Amino acid sequence: MKEGRPRSFYVLAIFFAAYVLFLYGPMIAIYVLSFQGPQGGLTFPMNGVSTFWIAKLFQGTGIVDLGAAFRRSLLLGVIVMIVTVVLSVAAGMAFRRKFRAQSILFYSAIASLIVPSIITSLGISLEFRIIDDLIKAHWNENFETSMGLLTSGLGAHLTWTLPFGLLIMFAIFNRFDPRLEEAARDFGATPWQTFRHVVLPIILPSVIGIGLFGFTLSWDELARSSQAIGAVNTLPLDLQGLTTTVTNPDIYALGTVISAVSFTVITLALGTIHMLNKRQAAKGSDAGKGLV
Amino acid sequence: MSEEVLQQASPGLIPGSGTVRAAKPTRLSPSFISWLQAGPMMLVFLAFFLIPLVFVVIVSFWDYNEYQLLPAFSGRGYTDTFEGCIAQLPDLCTIGKTYLKTLKLCFMVWGITLFIGFWVAYFLAFHVRSKTWQMGLSLLCTIPFWTSNVIRMIAWIPLLGRNGLVNSGLIKTGLINHPVEWLLFSEFSVVLALVHLFTFFMVVPIFNSMIRIDKSLIEAAYDAGATGFQTLVNVIIPLAKPGIVIGSIFVITIVMGDFITIGVMGGQQIAAAGKIIETRVNALQFPAAAANAVILLVITFLIITMMSRIVDIKKEL
Repeated sequence: MKEGRPRSFYVLAIFFAAYVLFLYGPMIAIYVLSFQGPQGGLTFPMNGVSTFWIAKLFQGTGIVDLGAAFRRSLLLGVIVMIVTVVLSVAAGMAFRRKFRAQSILFYSAIASLIVPSIITSLGISLEFRIIDDLIKAHWNENFETSMGLLTSGLGAHLTWTLPFGLLIMFAIFNRFDPRLEEAARDFGATPWQTFRHVVLPIILPSVIGIGLFGFTLSWDELARSSQAIGAVNTLPLDLQGLTTTVTNPDIYALGTVISAVSFTVITLALGTIHMLNKRQAAKGSDAGKGLV
Repeated sequence: MSEEVLQQASPGLIPGSGTVRAAKPTRLSPSFISWLQAGPMMLVFLAFFLIPLVFVVIVSFWDYNEYQLLPAFSGRGYTDTFEGCIAQLPDLCTIGKTYLKTLKLCFMVWGITLFIGFWVAYFLAFHVRSKTWQMGLSLLCTIPFWTSNVIRMIAWIPLLGRNGLVNSGLIKTGLINHPVEWLLFSEFSVVLALVHLFTFFMVVPIFNSMIRIDKSLIEAAYDAGATGFQTLVNVIIPLAKPGIVIGSIFVITIVMGDFITIGVMGGQQIAAAGKIIETRVNALQFPAAAANAVILLVITFLIITMMSRIVDIKKEL
């Protein structure tokens, strides 16, 4: 099947392997170190092996109120994921026809992706401060703030996740065969039936991919949250706060727990995508089943 | 999945239902449906991106005192920022030095990520022949992107710290007698972490460009007697240029506005364009923070304009 590989293949294969090691090596180091013994410090060698630091985190005797921040981040992540999926699929469908303001939306998404996060974050915080001042001046003197996890925080995260969602939708529809929809229409399917029973089953694996981006990017988001989240902290913000003060392995334990959630979500999503692809390959797409 | 991201499409090229054939006459016009579909996303960008940007510009011209914003026109945000810039000539003032430093970091990170990103993408696109392997290996490069940046930063502490693996290794081999201090909380560790975090943004668009190169072009070059190096310089690099430019825009804008990596990995000691904004916000000097944001935005915009002269971004995405 293969002819001999050129020498450049081996050189680049080693280069690639080194890059992967560079990507994963340090992460693996802290996962290992979070299982330090109770007397262990911030560096190797390991001083015994235990789950002391991880247990300490869950007892709440550690440095942050892990439980509350954990629940907040999880809630925000799930909402961001759902909103990202719904809005991206809808907007992706719109982009298949020409419509006015098409290029405005496209350039807004690209700009939102590349304008430095600190500027977006500052802008949202100013916007909400000004709204607060207006409310205080005109309606309610005792009003506290409209900033919060699910107002300014949610908005800030969406400016980061939606561009990814939209770009993935472009990729999907670039490879999508529109004749499938025409066939459905010719059989008398309504636009909604066509979408629900033909389009959605075909694009579902990639839609799960959008959800994966939505959740993980929100779960780890930091720069945009920094000014725009309001009074409470998300888990990554707590973690960042610890980097300047901590001298024992709790910080690694926290990092390991956060990563465990990320890896669980990644595994679930990739597993589901794999399963759906396999089922499509085996049975053909189940598109159209609901119409017969 | 990550293949989807690696093969981004172009809205302009999407074929198909340019004209909507309604089987039955429907009450909703196609353009109304498009608005319903795209409207919600547009509203989110309007409320949380476009209007906030307008506020940044407006507030940058407001006045302020120790504890609040004063909505009256003032150039104080800017004059405070550029304080001493004329008086200290020919020496650079603080803001000038900070931007020079940020640009230097930017340039270093850009050069390194471009080198690594190019060869990683090259390996994936031209040397990995099976589709399954190609997907598996690109997934391997993508997974860290879905995990936390802060964790990937602190992951360097046990390796680079005073008593970290690198130092103890070097002492053991007898290369040094005392731990090297500049490994962590230094410019070195900032550049290392930025490269570690953001090479991904270089790999994806370059891979995306390379995968579209017609393999027969490369064969033709070899058949015509070109060496491997000549093929690289005259065929592959020109065709991968759009990806290189897009990746460069990503990396440069990220580093220009970064304050978290520079903060954490620089031990909060290194000044940078993004950090000035954070410092001003923490001091509740919002107009000054906004003025700095406007300056950063203008400089970033200039860089992007210069780079997009080379390539039409919309055509490539």
